[in-house]
Amino acid sequence: MNPIPPAEAEVHPSLGSTTLAILWKDLSAELRSRELLSAMLVFALLVILIFNFALDLKPAIRREVTSGVLWATFAFAGTLGLNRSMATEKDRGCLDGLLLAPVDRSAIYFGKALGNLAFMLVIEAIVLPVYSVLYNVNLFNLGLMMIILMGSVGYVAVGTLLSTMSVQTRTRDMLLPILLFPLVIPILIAAVKASAGFLDASPWRDIAPWFNLLLVYDVIFVAIAFMVFDYVVEE
Amino acid sequence: MEPKKPALKFLDIASAVLIAIATGLVFFYAPMEAVMGNVQRVFYFHVAHAWVGLLGFMVAAVAGVLYLRTGDLKWDVVEVAAVEVSLVFFFVAIVTGSIWARPAWNAWWTWDPRLTTAAILELVYAAYLMLRAGIEDPERRARFGAVYVLLGFLSVPMTFLSIRLLRTIHPVVIGGGGSGAEGQFDMSPKMLHTLLFSVFTFSVYFVDVLWHRVRLGNLMQKVEQLRLKVVR
Repeated sequence: MNPIPPAEAEVHPSLGSTTLAILWKDLSAELRSRELLSAMLVFALLVILIFNFALDLKPAIRREVTSGVLWATFAFAGTLGLNRSMATEKDRGCLDGLLLAPVDRSAIYFGKALGNLAFMLVIEAIVLPVYSVLYNVNLFNLGLMMIILMGSVGYVAVGTLLSTMSVQTRTRDMLLPILLFPLVIPILIAAVKASAGFLDASPWRDIAPWFNLLLVYDVIFVAIAFMVFDYVVEE
Repeated sequence: MEPKKPALKFLDIASAVLIAIATGLVFFYAPMEAVMGNVQRVFYFHVAHAWVGLLGFMVAAVAGVLYLRTGDLKWDVVEVAAVEVSLVFFFVAIVTGSIWARPAWNAWWTWDPRLTTAAILELVYAAYLMLRAGIEDPERRARFGAVYVLLGFLSVPMTFLSIRLLRTIHPVVIGGGGSGAEGQFDMSPKMLHTLLFSVFTFSVYFVDVLWHRVRLGNLMQKVEQLRLKVVR
């Protein structure tokens, strides 16, 4: 065994490479098990099915509620993914291992958040065409996709932080939606309105306020989550 | 058990007297509003309670930041006290608002920005209390509570803003012409006096109740420590 090298010789991996390593770990684990994605996907499709009967999605109604149905689906499927991705870390003691690693803890946050974002985007990439086919609506709209990306970033930024908290409580999975939904309401409102705007081909002047709100929310919550994550994993 | 401090006793009496005077002002000093009649009198206590609810939310957020910076559990006691007290004050504001809204808007509830934000604020607080209830370790409970209060403090104004971008019908009585709002009215000087006095009264009452709750929190901490000592 080598002697412990002096401090100046220690190799400090950069924030970026550590983040990517954690992201890669999550992605490759998922590629092997496909537990999370399949559960999220089936759940998302079931939510759409329920909306179909609950709202009686006739063509006339569909136009107005499409963006609402989509975002409700993403929000519900998202909690499933957020819960699961943190619960596996906690159950198998991986979180403790990650925390023991001599890396910047923000990297753990960003790695997990990027992983969660990737899962959400995969689900959204599948749900959108399926919804288009089922309801004969054209959802291939660059603006809509941009809004979906921005909305997912904000949702995942808060969600990753809160799921790290909720897995450490006694009530666990039950708690995450209760903690998360009241906080992401601004993002859901803005995303639904902006998506509806793009689907109706509204002028930019009508969409801009919602777009700005999404942007501000993303910036504020990514920054604040980055700042307080240390307090959430401190032991 | 330590006895109540004289200042706290004084606050108890002062808030009781002030609330009595404020009630008197609302019923006998403030003039009857011409259009809405007597139901408008609920407005004075409604605004006061909503104000105090927001004040408590701010106190909780500041206490949360102070806890995260210092790690001193006394700030955690202040934080949870402010949240619990505000939860009740805000609920009173919502109920009194509904009593006014029924004759003025012909509905108990509308999805107006202020009403919706108030409802979401209550939900954030409720979630906060549930989060705390699920954690045994006082240290971790305090850390998570502070983080959540901070997130709520950032998110709730954005909620208000986002709903405000839609339309509002809530009257803006103080500052800014809320033209076109249902139930809009101009305040006469006597109304303004009553309102300011009510706001002052309930601010004093808030400090009083908050103090009591902090004292209770400290006693609870002491009990917990004693119990741990016995168990060991």
